[in-house]
Amino acid sequence: MSDAVLTIENLAIALPKGADRPLAVAGVNLELHAGKVTCLIGESGSGKSLVARAILGLLPAPHVRVADGRILFEGADLARAKPAEMRAIRGARIAMIFQEPMTALNPLHTIGRQIDEVLRIHTSLPRAQRLARVVELLESVNLPEPARMLRSFPHQLSGGQRQRAMIAMALALKPRLLIADEPTTALDVTTQAQILQLIRDLQREHGTAVLFITHDFGVVADIADSVAVLQKGDLVEQGSAAQVLGRPVHAYTQALIAAVPKLAAPAAQPPSTAPFILQARDVEKTYGARGLFGGNATKALNRVCIELRRGETLGLVGESGSGKSTLARAVTRLMTVNDGEILISGRDIARMTRSQLRPMRKRVQMVFQDPYGSLDPRQRVVDIIAEGPIIHGTDPQAARKEACELLALVGLDPSAAQRFAHEFSGGQRQRIGIARALALRPELLVADEPVSALDVSVQAQVLALLADIKTRLQLSMLFVTHDLRVALQVCDRIAVMQKGEVVEVAPTSAIYGNPQHPYTKALFAAVPGAHWQDRLTQETMAS
Amino acid sequence: MRAGFARFARNRLALFGAVVLLLVLVLVVSAPLAYPNNPFQLVGKPLQPPGGAFLLGTDTLGRDVAAGIAYGSRTSMLIGLSATLAAIGIGILVGGIAGYYRGRVELVLMRVTEFFQTIPAFVLAILIVAVLSPSVPSEIIAIAAVSWPGIARLVRGEFVALGGREFVLACAGLGASDLRIIFRHLLPNCLPPIIAVGSLLIGTAILIEAGLAFLGLGDPNVMSWGLIISAGRAVLRQAWWIATFPGIAILLTVLGVNLVGDGLGEVLNPRLRNR
Amino acid sequence: MRLARYLGYRLLLAVPVILGIIVLNFFLIHAAPGDAASVLAGESGAATPEYMALLRHKFGLDQPLSTQFAVYLLNMAHLDLGYSFRNDSPVLELILDRLGPTLLLMLTAFVVAVLLGSLLGVLAASGRNGWRDNLISLASLVAYATPGFWLGLMMIVVFAINLAWLPTSGLDTVGADNEGWDEVIDIARHLVMPATALSLFYLALYARVMRASMLEQTGMDYVTTARAKGQTERRIIFGHVLRNALLTVVTMAGVQAGNLIGGSIVVETVFGWPGIGTLAFNALQSRDLNLLLGIFFVSACLVVVVNLIVDLVYVTLDPRIEI
Repeated sequence: MSDAVLTIENLAIALPKGADRPLAVAGVNLELHAGKVTCLIGESGSGKSLVARAILGLLPAPHVRVADGRILFEGADLARAKPAEMRAIRGARIAMIFQEPMTALNPLHTIGRQIDEVLRIHTSLPRAQRLARVVELLESVNLPEPARMLRSFPHQLSGGQRQRAMIAMALALKPRLLIADEPTTALDVTTQAQILQLIRDLQREHGTAVLFITHDFGVVADIADSVAVLQKGDLVEQGSAAQVLGRPVHAYTQALIAAVPKLAAPAAQPPSTAPFILQARDVEKTYGARGLFGGNATKALNRVCIELRRGETLGLVGESGSGKSTLARAVTRLMTVNDGEILISGRDIARMTRSQLRPMRKRVQMVFQDPYGSLDPRQRVVDIIAEGPIIHGTDPQAARKEACELLALVGLDPSAAQRFAHEFSGGQRQRIGIARALALRPELLVADEPVSALDVSVQAQVLALLADIKTRLQLSMLFVTHDLRVALQVCDRIAVMQKGEVVEVAPTSAIYGNPQHPYTKALFAAVPGAHWQDRLTQETMAS
Repeated sequence: MRAGFARFARNRLALFGAVVLLLVLVLVVSAPLAYPNNPFQLVGKPLQPPGGAFLLGTDTLGRDVAAGIAYGSRTSMLIGLSATLAAIGIGILVGGIAGYYRGRVELVLMRVTEFFQTIPAFVLAILIVAVLSPSVPSEIIAIAAVSWPGIARLVRGEFVALGGREFVLACAGLGASDLRIIFRHLLPNCLPPIIAVGSLLIGTAILIEAGLAFLGLGDPNVMSWGLIISAGRAVLRQAWWIATFPGIAILLTVLGVNLVGDGLGEVLNPRLRNR
Repeated sequence: MRLARYLGYRLLLAVPVILGIIVLNFFLIHAAPGDAASVLAGESGAATPEYMALLRHKFGLDQPLSTQFAVYLLNMAHLDLGYSFRNDSPVLELILDRLGPTLLLMLTAFVVAVLLGSLLGVLAASGRNGWRDNLISLASLVAYATPGFWLGLMMIVVFAINLAWLPTSGLDTVGADNEGWDEVIDIARHLVMPATALSLFYLALYARVMRASMLEQTGMDYVTTARAKGQTERRIIFGHVLRNALLTVVTMAGVQAGNLIGGSIVVETVFGWPGIGTLAFNALQSRDLNLLLGIFFVSACLVVVVNLIVDLVYVTLDPRIEI
């Protein structure tokens, strides 16, 4: 096509020696068109962010560089442009927004100054006109009180507001191309929906071409006109959004799409009548207000009540700061609470002494979010898994032998036992973490965002493992997640948390089919790409 | 481990530092062999310039400067190492307790640490030695007393950071005791930065010791580099060498220690490991 | 207004520090072997029995320890730091007389170390791994290992004795009776070597810290943002990175203020600079412990003030600090 704003031809990016592969990406061909959003999707390590940075000449020189190919923009080859030429294009003709709006903004400069900087670099407008333009821009991204925002520092804004400021900065000079590198990944789902809408609106209004980097098919479904799929540096499939999402051709794309949990409720099941394994009653937790001049106290948990029956999985969903992780830590007594009861099989652990608590620890175990941070880097895998039983008096020899058996149970090779955590991938580490929790033969497993840090294909495997283990060992599970798709797939019942309170609890099918609380409704409405899988299923059935 | 050594060896400066340090250690060991006489003994005519019968000349009383430097290396190393070890011990104890138990204990301990970091350290060291009367143990106590706050802050910071890491929470969730968490998980994981910062502390300790000795607060019966410099100061015009050579010895030793410390820091830097 | 309230808050925080020093001083008097009166009077036995009796009475040394502490605290509250028998003068008066030259030396060294150190750090970081970086890094490594007093002696040998460019010691030329600019120049000539000897260690330290801090900040996301805006590398360094990197140096400068005073004792001794350091050295020679304790107290107060100023500078540099 001739109306391409930017054309990437046969792009190859070289990685430094010692990297897992010599070329981060190779043979990438891509056309970006005015008024269209092109999504570049891939899992971590696919090289998608490097493609974005290569366009603007922002690769981490000198180690990573464009090895081959051309990046054609307005008649020039950006891969070979001189620094001065590149600077004239950056910010003015091509702009970029980033994943982490907090660190992407200079903490010491006001928002106004940082937006104004773009105007100062590329225009010779007088100060007053620039100021007026900045205010106008802040209004266009729907930031409240632009005059105040102007003088605010990044730390005084919320995550969503910061990303809006970044967008205002990027669109200051009406660039022809906007590169967005996972711009909503660090945001909550409701904020994400708003930012996606904003990008979509502004892009239509100005006819901007957008290159949108993401790992989330839901986001792609919401925003993309065309899609390109990157697998370990190879562009395996590209086409219109309807084409790639609806009728994926390449096996990798098909597998990726199949791994995304469906936004659909399971069939309604009769309520469980098994005895309670966990009851939390009026649990309160307050942070802060420490020291002589202590700041404001924040209520992380406000009279929270939840109940979990044997064999059941209860989902705790909510956005960041809702208190869901705090509750998970409270019920495992990794944190003390200010008030309330936490009953494990009828016994209150909230006020137990350490020695009383010790036998209880075996019954409740936890799986953590961060596959990198949850394993001691200085311990061998076998010792990590065997530590629990050893603490509780099992003979070390026997505990280690059992640990090796557990490795098989979580789908790892027994040879893993003698290695260290850093030798494993994220998904494998999460399996080790699960094995550690299982080593004590717990009755209740508390999983705190166990798949949030994983790529979608790995996520599916770990979820399958958890489901399998749960039935095999007859576990009960408290499953904390921010991802409603995952919650719907895994949980029997779901508790929705907001600002330290449980606003709604209901069986999964009921909460999906008929949410009661306005916040629950808002959460479900904000899930990106809510209905593309329905369409997909219908189309497959039709053909 | 071997990879770490290779990385260390590739750092030419660190290697140079290690060589210098090795030479100082040779001096420490061989001082009584090379100079069997007491370094305070008068061996020749006073104020002989270097290069004659005595390699580095003689001082105002006719003592061999080279012998003094050889014996002084023992004092510097003894005091530098002991004071640093003591400071690391205090630092780990204070910082560890503050970082592990948090809350009010942390508030109090960290205020005390900040206090010791704020007050003029060298003046306090002078006072301590003056009060306890000049001797090697006094110097060690004084230097340790002013050197621990840095380690305490480091250990506290590491403990707080590691305490928030999920593997420590997981261990607590298994039912591990405080001691097990501290000694099996926390300390081993913050040992690398402690070693790196501690090795730099040796250099500072040697400098403080030299300063104390220069002011006449060294043990009068033990030869030290600062003592020789302070003796040479009065005859700077006539005999520049007396004050010059011990100073070079201090400079090289501290440089060697710091270079090795930097090299260790680079090898042990947690940011360069893992991931 | 907010700044004034913050200042008040910080002054309040200084109270425990001052109290701590008083406690420490009291502890040191009693930790010394032997009778506290003889410790305070000095060990050479030159004190008259009358003076010893005076000391005993003044410090309440025949009273229980708690009373002694109360008496000590009361004296300190009146800024009564005791009497120096050796110098036949109140301790506070002796110290205040010498404060001027020490402040001049310290502040000169402090400013030179922070400014020049930061500048060298920036230069080193901006030419990373080039000859400029290597030269600066190597020089700062050597300077970081050099004892200040020895450096002073070597400078005397070279610049005062051999080249005769600069005076060896003192604050000004004795008997010259310079006035106006002549006097300023005379003092400045005397100041060059002590200030250099004192500041070089810290200069090297700040250069190292600044270099590391610059390199760390250069890897931050906001630098990429600035690049994506089309900003020049030069403006990125001076407009964005520099101020962020400076925060680390300012913090470090506050921490090191106390050490700078310690360093000035030895350096003043070497150059016969008529400040608190030389006073401390003389007090050491005559074992005038009470005078030493007074010097410790005053210098610690000085550090508290310097830290306060550094804190205010930090607050103006970093908007994230809520005041």
